[in-house]
Amino acid sequence: MGNPIFSCEHIGVRFGGVQALSEVSFAAQQGAITSIIGPNGAGKTTFLNVISGMVTQDQGTLFFNNQDISQTKAHERAALGMLRTFQNLEIFSNMTVLENVAVGCHGRFTLPLWHNVLRTPSSRRLENLVHDQALAALDFVGMSTAASSLAKDLAFGQQRLLELARALAAKPRLLLLDEPAAGLNIAETKFLAELIMRIRDSYDLSVILVEHDMDLVMGISDAIMVLSFGQTISHGTPVQVQKDPRVIAAYLGTDD
Amino acid sequence: MSVSYRKDMFWLAGLFIVLMLTPTILPNNYYLTIMILGCLHAMIAVGLCLLVGHAGQISLGHAGFYGLAAYTSAYLSTTWGLPVELSMLAGVVLTVVVSILVGMPSLKLKGHYLAMATLGFGIILSILFTETVDITGGPSGFVGIPRLSLAGFELHRDVDIFRVVAILLCLLVWLCFNVLHSRMGRALRALHTSDQAAQAMGIDVARHKLFVFVLSAGFAGLAGVLYAHYLTFIAPASFGFMFSVELMVMVVLGGMVSVPGAIIGAFFITILPELLRAFEDIEIILFGLILVVCMIFLPDGLAGGSARLWAWVKTKLALGCSRG
Repeated sequence: MGNPIFSCEHIGVRFGGVQALSEVSFAAQQGAITSIIGPNGAGKTTFLNVISGMVTQDQGTLFFNNQDISQTKAHERAALGMLRTFQNLEIFSNMTVLENVAVGCHGRFTLPLWHNVLRTPSSRRLENLVHDQALAALDFVGMSTAASSLAKDLAFGQQRLLELARALAAKPRLLLLDEPAAGLNIAETKFLAELIMRIRDSYDLSVILVEHDMDLVMGISDAIMVLSFGQTISHGTPVQVQKDPRVIAAYLGTDD
Repeated sequence: MSVSYRKDMFWLAGLFIVLMLTPTILPNNYYLTIMILGCLHAMIAVGLCLLVGHAGQISLGHAGFYGLAAYTSAYLSTTWGLPVELSMLAGVVLTVVVSILVGMPSLKLKGHYLAMATLGFGIILSILFTETVDITGGPSGFVGIPRLSLAGFELHRDVDIFRVVAILLCLLVWLCFNVLHSRMGRALRALHTSDQAAQAMGIDVARHKLFVFVLSAGFAGLAGVLYAHYLTFIAPASFGFMFSVELMVMVVLGGMVSVPGAIIGAFFITILPELLRAFEDIEIILFGLILVVCMIFLPDGLAGGSARLWAWVKTKLALGCSRG
């Protein structure tokens, strides 16, 4: 594997009296699917929030594509090509499916404000482009028939796919998935696993996956990091991690 | 997407034609005055429709912006003797600048807290209008403001002022439609439902909120300067907290997210009290009653209600045709 697309060193986050993360160092290789697992409350989602810029770290530095992004705001990180989905769905429920996906294109393009207000030809051209891009992303996850329905009318599994399509519309270089399989049935999870691999290959991107579903994680990950109580307790390939006694202890407890 | 834009343009064309024909059917100047005030209120309401309905940021301070612009232009043109056009421009510019200064800290607040902050701002301004007697004339008002003039021609007749105000209203509505059909409008609707997801999609939430706040304040400012130079007399009572609430009622009654709805709501709230004048003592009770009935039976506002009525009529017509 080549250079890491994303790496961070010595990340520490404290919420009041709780040390949510301490001294976490991590790297995701270019083109790889890197998973973060751990028991409930281990700090996985907090860590993903730090990566995406939703939570500011108290210590440590983050690099994306060899660029220091420790102080970069969340929306600027999205514009750089780091896109995320949410554990508790954050779709724009009152907008149509297509509009939801079109929002995903926002960070990719810039247009001076007055173009929008006066509806200049460049504004209209951009709207057409966004429309096409959104349709393409929607098509990729197999949802183009639902384009004009309201997002809140979709079934739960479809809403998860919609979030994925919305992130894809941004043409990300790094996709951050926060428990994408939560609430999905077995068939849907299987479809999701295939979809994530297909996305990685055809969009030529890297994936960081936070997930509880071990079958999914072990099946598609190239590398895994295990968090417990805010600290890294293990990392390596799926096989290495599964055999690590510290991981087994964290999940099942030790007998003494 | 462009289909619905064309629909909105048809609507705008219709509005323009109706407004241009209005003076010919109105019997006297009293009705014209009400129509002018209706246009001014509609200007503020369409801005608020973007701010409150689409972006979800509640403001109870827009009467303050309206008053600030009116007083600024009145003071500059009357006390300093600046030309009316210049002082009007200064009034709008000052309102925009103040809205940026107010918006930057207060838009960090969410929901009811933003409403409280803007409410406080509105009340502070309203106290200023009343207490700075040397500048504003205090509670008895500011008198002797020059009439509206354009390029050196004073507009003596109310009809001319109505035409100017109506054209400006159409212009602002056009700007609103443009914003709503652009990526900007989409971003505003997105941050309304989820701040976090909007950020994660690369939307600069703070910047977009500030933009729409300043835009709506600018609309209120334009309405304010026109108001001052139309009536030639202004008093603090017109710019108090109650007027901010009335503006919100216009938007809510219009159906929150509908620009045409906000305009209809503005005219409705402006005209209704005049129609109820005949009932004297129980006027305010009837006013409240009508609003309550509207909200119960038209939960999606006048715009949604009339759309449903239209759909109902169409199905009835279709049934009638198929039978006949």
